[in-house]
Amino acid sequence: MTSTAASDNGPEAQYREHLRAGRFMIQRSRSTGRYIFYPRVAVPETGETDLAWVAAAGTGIVHAITVNRGRDESYNVALVELDEGPRLMSRIDGVESVAIGTRVMARIVAEGDEPFVVFDVLKEPE
Amino acid sequence: MAHALRGRSAVVGIGTAGLGEAPGRTAMELLAQASLAAIADAGLSLADIDGIFAATSSHAFPTLSVAEYLGLRPRFFDGTNIGGASFEMHLLQAALALDAGLCDVALICYGSNQRTASGRLVSMSETQWHEAPYRPRHPITAYALAASRHMHLYGTTRAMLAEVAVAARQWANWNPDAFARGKLSREDVLSSRMISDPLTKYDCCLVTDGGGACVMVRADRARDLKRKPAFLLGAAGAHSHRSIAQMRDLTVTAAAESGPRAFEMAGLALGDVDLVMLYDAFTINTILFLEDLGFCPKGEGGRFVQDGAIAPGGRLAVNTNGGGLSCVHPGMYGMFLIIEAVTQLRGDAGERQLPRCEVALCHGNGGTLSSQVTALLGSAATVTQ
Repeated sequence: MTSTAASDNGPEAQYREHLRAGRFMIQRSRSTGRYIFYPRVAVPETGETDLAWVAAAGTGIVHAITVNRGRDESYNVALVELDEGPRLMSRIDGVESVAIGTRVMARIVAEGDEPFVVFDVLKEPE
Repeated sequence: MAHALRGRSAVVGIGTAGLGEAPGRTAMELLAQASLAAIADAGLSLADIDGIFAATSSHAFPTLSVAEYLGLRPRFFDGTNIGGASFEMHLLQAALALDAGLCDVALICYGSNQRTASGRLVSMSETQWHEAPYRPRHPITAYALAASRHMHLYGTTRAMLAEVAVAARQWANWNPDAFARGKLSREDVLSSRMISDPLTKYDCCLVTDGGGACVMVRADRARDLKRKPAFLLGAAGAHSHRSIAQMRDLTVTAAAESGPRAFEMAGLALGDVDLVMLYDAFTINTILFLEDLGFCPKGEGGRFVQDGAIAPGGRLAVNTNGGGLSCVHPGMYGMFLIIEAVTQLRGDAGERQLPRCEVALCHGNGGTLSSQVTALLGSAATVTQ
């Protein structure tokens, strides 16, 4: 699925609009095919502005992970590398922690004011 | 051929105030006291200062606040804030301004009362919108993520990280000004409270108060002042990202760029360095910077620091004041790397004084492994008269 724009707003607002509509979208340069995240007005380094919204496959691997430990709660914070290439900060749900290299799948959750993307474990690394 | 800036300016005064705990003092009071101490150390007067270089964790316009508080009307000023590495960058900015004649006496300064005011790190760093839902703790989450990656790729262990904390404490035990002193074993580090896996309480820098400052002048004037000058031989900065999610390789910092550039400016090689001052906000920092600056191959930092290699009596003198881990860390520690380097170059480091210290490397880090600035300072023996 591709989409040009959810509104006339800038990329950050459009990203949020897509999430509120239940879509995890990332940007892709039409000319180079390169995917980027977080959403921007141009491809970093090379500057192409021919960015279109594309539905992320949602699959990726855990690139790095930590567990923030507190007296009242502990929760993990991970960097996930999407199969399309970009990396984002997120959370791996349903587990305290997982091995780096674990395959994960995105899911949109609504906590607080804004929906955001978390991941569930698909497959532990061999 | 040596770079035109090599040895053209020098640190001629250093000062501190309220290291550790300074109850009832504001950040600006500590900054000002440290500044006055540095100016007196140089044998100069407040009115001589015509260049101000400052960054703090609590002032949006730091040079304005400093100049007003001290009653100065600087001809040149720079408030570049790249986190804890700001002060190494200020050394370079001050050297440029001095060499160009835009100012004659540069004051570089910092102060924080974070320990007694809040008990935790004070930072003006804004949360990145794409990170906010996941509630990373600034800055430890980012450093823990980098550590997890280093452990995954290179087999670095928590025990190797702990060795960094133990070495820092052993140096601190020789430093009467260090805040955290006393025995600290590898087991103590490993069994202390986990804060952000794999980093425990003792893998994290201190939260202290403190002010620090230094004064720089051109080399010709430096030689006429009362203290032994610490000449700026080379300095270079690099930055790679704002958010840890955007760091290309979590195990390679921009120190791999700033280090070689600083050495090239100084016309020096790694083997010329007698003292290595690395910004150790967390134990993983020391390992990353030893690798990225070239003291050991990438991935070998954890093994390099084993068996007391960077502790007193080891093969490389690293963070002889006790570092951010055991000496002082008032939020932005970069100023204190410079102060220890100058102290060692002068031969004033007391029991922890290195037998030979002609060249000192200061490596500042800021943000979440984001900004990296390497500066090389040298004694009079390193510059031609």
